[in-house]
Amino acid sequence: METSLTFSKEIANLLYAQHGNPIKDCIQCGTCSGSCPAVEFMDHSPRQIIAMIGADMKDEVLTSNTYWSCASCYQCNVRCPAGIDIAGMMYGLKRYTMWKDDYKENLVGPHFAESFMKMIMRTGRSFEPVLAPTYIFKLDAKDMFQEALMATSLFFKGRMSLVPKKIKRLDNFRNIVKRIIPFGGTA
Amino acid sequence: MKKFAYYPGCSLESLSLSYHQSAIESTLALDVELNEIEDWNCCGATAYFHADELLAHTLVARNLAIAEKDGLDFVAPCSGCYKNAYFTNQQLHEEPDLADHINYALEEDNLHLDGTINVKHLIEVFIDDIGLEQLKSKSIHPLEGLRVAPYYGCQLVRPRKDGENVENPQFFEELLSAIGAEPVDYGTKMRCCGGSLIMTNREAALDMVFQLLLDAAKQETDVIATICPLCNVNLEAYQKQVNQEYKTEFKIPVMYFTQLVGIALGIDPKKLGIGKELISSGELEKFASKETG
Repeated sequence: METSLTFSKEIANLLYAQHGNPIKDCIQCGTCSGSCPAVEFMDHSPRQIIAMIGADMKDEVLTSNTYWSCASCYQCNVRCPAGIDIAGMMYGLKRYTMWKDDYKENLVGPHFAESFMKMIMRTGRSFEPVLAPTYIFKLDAKDMFQEALMATSLFFKGRMSLVPKKIKRLDNFRNIVKRIIPFGGTA
Repeated sequence: MKKFAYYPGCSLESLSLSYHQSAIESTLALDVELNEIEDWNCCGATAYFHADELLAHTLVARNLAIAEKDGLDFVAPCSGCYKNAYFTNQQLHEEPDLADHINYALEEDNLHLDGTINVKHLIEVFIDDIGLEQLKSKSIHPLEGLRVAPYYGCQLVRPRKDGENVENPQFFEELLSAIGAEPVDYGTKMRCCGGSLIMTNREAALDMVFQLLLDAAKQETDVIATICPLCNVNLEAYQKQVNQEYKTEFKIPVMYFTQLVGIALGIDPKKLGIGKELISSGELEKFASKETG
């Protein structure tokens, strides 16, 4: 008896609790791809990714940059005639690849998300300078220079703080998180 | 005086301080008090939902629970914070098991969420609670002739909440008209600014910013008005990079809608954080220097 789960089933299970309709309801109309502002920077359009999941093309889906190029603008969601939560699916695929630690090389997204989470565990608030190393070294020299110039201008306008803010009840905050996701005593 | 539980969000502490200042000042002038939620934490932005949905909802729920202690409705000036708070609030309403689970975790901070408050974006306070009539009557410096492009962005209007107009809403235009400005009609007012792709996929985000600037420039826009700190930073601070990448010469001022409202109400521009922007708006400042009355 076949006991291993197909990839399409695995993704369907992953999205089971989501509010939209199952992705097998997709009619391949392409409204999502036509509405997507980032589509030309994706290896596969949203419509293609859905078809590839349906066809169990696991390796191709896992090495695609598509879901990491999604800005969560929800334009596809509000237009999908089949009522699929497409942006939610993109989130689901991001989580899947982060859990499995298996995603396309050279992507900034997964490292950024990880640094972001660690930062929040440390202070409870977001602080831009901590995040910069996750992406700044991926820029070319010209863009890196521009980024530094911009940060300097923002600093002189009083818009860039050099000291991260911390919430007061940080211990309680961390204990809340531990009740959701138990982690080691290091954080 | 009407009161709200105000959740500024991380960007408003530094990068978008002027949004914070102008939000406080302009509401105060309109008899609304924004009480900052004590010891609030980051809402998780989009990054937390990349990693774990339950944890993301929990982070948001802590802020909602703190706000609920005072029984005031929750107001966020950032579209991302607003979207997270709105949908977590709704989901905890609909799923008692999820709410129980999260409330168990919140015990660690002596908090409990009953789900008795509503979540609003700051612009909804101006439109629904203050009202366009009052805005109009209190605008002693109406921004006559100023062509302002209302930039809705994404997460204020999407995903859909109820039966509202998600393709061509008009409330932002109406607000601009109420303060005497001329709303610019342009096609990309709901197109994404790239959001956090500016950090994770620079090429894609700059293209998205470029499309918006191009469209606004074609319509002879004096100022782009924003309702979200991330939209503002992408559109303003990255204009130089766009110019470099696309060989353009955009120099379009980008202001928070609360700064425009504040100027119309006759508030001192310094109190509205005007002067912190990288591209200043001479056109707007003309209205600020007018004598009252």
